Amino acid sequence: MRAAENLTLADVEQYLHAHQHKSLLRFITCGSVDDGKSSLIGRLLYESKMLFEDQLAALEADSRKVGTRGGELDFALLVDGLAAEREQGITIDVAYRFFATDRRKFIVADTPGHEQYTRNMVTGASTADLAVILIDARKGVLTQTRRHSFLVSLLGIRHVVLAVNKMDLVGFDRTVFERIVAEYRAFAGPLGFAEITPVPLSAVYGDNVVSRSPATPWYRGPALLEHLEQVEVAGDPQAQPFRLPVQWVNRPNLDFRGFSGLIAAGRVRPGDRVRVLPGGTESRVARIVTYGGDLDEAVAGQSVTLTLTDEIDISRGDVLCAPDDPAWSGTRLEAALVWMAEKPMVPGRSYLLKGGTRTALATLAPEARIDVNTLERTPAEALALNEIGLCLVTLDQAVALDAYDRNRETGGFILIDRVSNETVAAGMVRQVLAPATNIQWQALDVDKRARAGLKGQRPCVLWFTGLSGAGKSTIANLVEKKLFALRRHTMLLDGDNVRHGLNRDLGFDDASRVENIRRVAEVSKLMVEAGLITLVSFISPFRAERALARSLMGPGEFLEVFVDTDLAVAEARDVKGLYRRARAGEIRDFTGIDSPYEPPEAPDIHLRTAEMTVEEAADRIIAELKRRGLLETDLLIDGAAI
Amino acid sequence: MLEAMSTHGDIQARPDAKVLSHLERLEAESIHILREVVAETENPVMLYSIGKDSAVMLHLAMKAFYPSLPPFPLLHVDTTWKFREMIEFRDRMAKSLGLQLLVHINQDGVARGIGPFTHGSAVHTDVMKTEALKQALDKWGFDAAFGGARRDEEKSRAKERIFSFRSAQHRWDPKSQRPELWRLYNARKNKGESIRVFPLSNWTELDIWQYIYLEKIPIVPLYFAKERPVVERDGALIMVDDARMPLRPGEVPEMRRVRFRTLGCYPLTGAIESSADTLPAIIREMLVSTSSERQGRVIDKDGSASMERKKQEGYF
Repeated sequence: MRAAENLTLADVEQYLHAHQHKSLLRFITCGSVDDGKSSLIGRLLYESKMLFEDQLAALEADSRKVGTRGGELDFALLVDGLAAEREQGITIDVAYRFFATDRRKFIVADTPGHEQYTRNMVTGASTADLAVILIDARKGVLTQTRRHSFLVSLLGIRHVVLAVNKMDLVGFDRTVFERIVAEYRAFAGPLGFAEITPVPLSAVYGDNVVSRSPATPWYRGPALLEHLEQVEVAGDPQAQPFRLPVQWVNRPNLDFRGFSGLIAAGRVRPGDRVRVLPGGTESRVARIVTYGGDLDEAVAGQSVTLTLTDEIDISRGDVLCAPDDPAWSGTRLEAALVWMAEKPMVPGRSYLLKGGTRTALATLAPEARIDVNTLERTPAEALALNEIGLCLVTLDQAVALDAYDRNRETGGFILIDRVSNETVAAGMVRQVLAPATNIQWQALDVDKRARAGLKGQRPCVLWFTGLSGAGKSTIANLVEKKLFALRRHTMLLDGDNVRHGLNRDLGFDDASRVENIRRVAEVSKLMVEAGLITLVSFISPFRAERALARSLMGPGEFLEVFVDTDLAVAEARDVKGLYRRARAGEIRDFTGIDSPYEPPEAPDIHLRTAEMTVEEAADRIIAELKRRGLLETDLLIDGAAI
Repeated sequence: MLEAMSTHGDIQARPDAKVLSHLERLEAESIHILREVVAETENPVMLYSIGKDSAVMLHLAMKAFYPSLPPFPLLHVDTTWKFREMIEFRDRMAKSLGLQLLVHINQDGVARGIGPFTHGSAVHTDVMKTEALKQALDKWGFDAAFGGARRDEEKSRAKERIFSFRSAQHRWDPKSQRPELWRLYNARKNKGESIRVFPLSNWTELDIWQYIYLEKIPIVPLYFAKERPVVERDGALIMVDDARMPLRPGEVPEMRRVRFRTLGCYPLTGAIESSADTLPAIIREMLVSTSSERQGRVIDKDGSASMERKKQEGYF
């Protein structure tokens, strides 16, 4: 960059013109902790003249202070950003770096090589076109090398550079290089890379980084940067069938209705037919609207706004597709998952799935775990942090997706925990499955409103949650008596009783507790459908399952009653002697002792049992039902409420 | 798994394929981010700092929602020490584009007489910028704020996500960032949290200038060289923008041909001597420059980890 001192203004205009048409290559670097990744990226920034004098001065000062190269420039310091990491001497997160040559602009995802940070590598790889896999020439192909290569392949990267680094430390020995390359090729055969380009280099001294080194006369291939400038990353998304996930419906006035989004695949012209998924209706493209004027054609990678010739109902989350080769649409899919959260997956629990611009509720049933080192599959019941597996995903609504190996944009999804809002997993669609059975919703003429109307009441669920011995069942029992006296039709589902029958096959581990609550939530939904005021008395320790139960009911039909009793008080009561046995180690996974209770954050009714009698608690609930109008009489006669 | 992986779309590029340039790709990515925030948050706002990055971000917002106007207001946190030309430019832009402009000043700071000359850059920035920003976001209850920061500016920015979450106290925790995969952004907030969103994360300074040039985006005239009254102080050229600047003994403002590479509070922003009065001239100067753009900013010099610390405390 500094070589440009004698540029004339005409040169600059020419430069701007040339650089306006520069292409972009996104790549990731991966390697083990000491393979010299940060040094390599620092070297690329330095050699491509992307460093300014003040940055160099800071680097020199840092190199003297905390450098590991005896006061010489330590390029790793340029790249290791956060103060905490610098003290540990490793990069712990994904960092993005930028440099450009006359031919290309580059975005580098610098991803850590430490064993526990698979999730960061997967994150960096998800947007990369190429991977630079570093190997320490002294150590050869390691377990980590295999893991990184597998992840790179899993995320759909087809172009790999095998950077055999620290060649200076093995005397630039050709046989060392060739042995490593042969070993790697043998291992990577099944991973389906389109191209593996091995380069012998020394990041610290710059050999074969920007230009070919005299130290490796036996090497005929390109220097690393030469290769990165020239490599063609195939799989042109423009050649794929058209996909536009609708991000935003653009309605400036009543006369304009546009559908905005980034074209995920293919190309589109006015007049093209498009199918809207999951709905299935079709129309034609009227205009491709942009700020700079209407376009004759738009292609994958562009953000546009389309208008259609017909007035059809389209909203965020729908996908506009080529009608002759549309996306899959369905509610069940098989996917590869990378689990990214500290808390392991809980099968049966519902998570949010965000794919394209659609968010749906998903439940997970793991099929197998994949060992990232050996690629072996073993049966799995759940996945933990940094584990990879195959999983059956069931959705609460149809979603339009593609196979990930066909389109990364429309075949990738993330899973979000509904309570913590964390991103817990990355998913790659393998296939969308046909409906599981022929069961369809049977439309019923007599509905919830009719059933409740005959009873002259409004159905709802009173969901009692709290520790064992908190007083849930005692209070629920009294509430039911009071409702009975008010001539209301009720049903009480009690945790202990249901476990003797419907749920007698379930234990007390997390997955069983989730299933326990899921079944009870579904049963209470049926009770509400039957028009009953339903009382549910279950410890139900997890927020996520209570949220699931709430989501099954209609608005205003679910009341969470928190029976709030101190653990010490409940334990002192110990009506059933369970706390004593849990303390003695006779019972495992006991809520409050060795299994967590997540108290409600905003219960509809909060009963602090230390401050009230059972009678008062029951009256509070009756009063709240009255206040919400749930005890009003709605008699339904001949289909009309009177 | 292996069978599936060996079949990644092996489709050859069509001969008539349109190759998107790096600027077209960056533009499309930024527009996607802007729309995603509008679709998934309740009350977004765009922080408009009047500089060149804000100019690009605003231009992208006009494109993203066309023919609608951007469905959010602009917010300027005014430290009361901005260059006068910046304020004029700000008001003119908002008016000509027909956008709602909100201006917030930390009145508590004004009452305490906080300023860069009396309290130094650290206190001034903390009270009139960081504190003021928190006040403004709380006052209007914004749950998402667009900022024009770029990852190439500074090392700790390089590791920040595009969607960056702040606690109810507006603090950033670099250790608990959500992974961002593909183009899928998780915009779900916990109670009290808000999001800072950086649509220009993947742009570099050169990209910004090239885009301004190609798209003919209006920028504050201070970026162009002109005769301006300056004094040389502590190695920096400070422009005497108004009468509030106390002159030290021996300091006499002199007219020099200068311009600014970055804009902020005038007492904290060093000018450079330059004759670049057109965009190509500015870009030429940038191409041959030997110092980075943040060099002119006084706040970055308190040690190399200072930006990270400021951000943890709520600096944008």
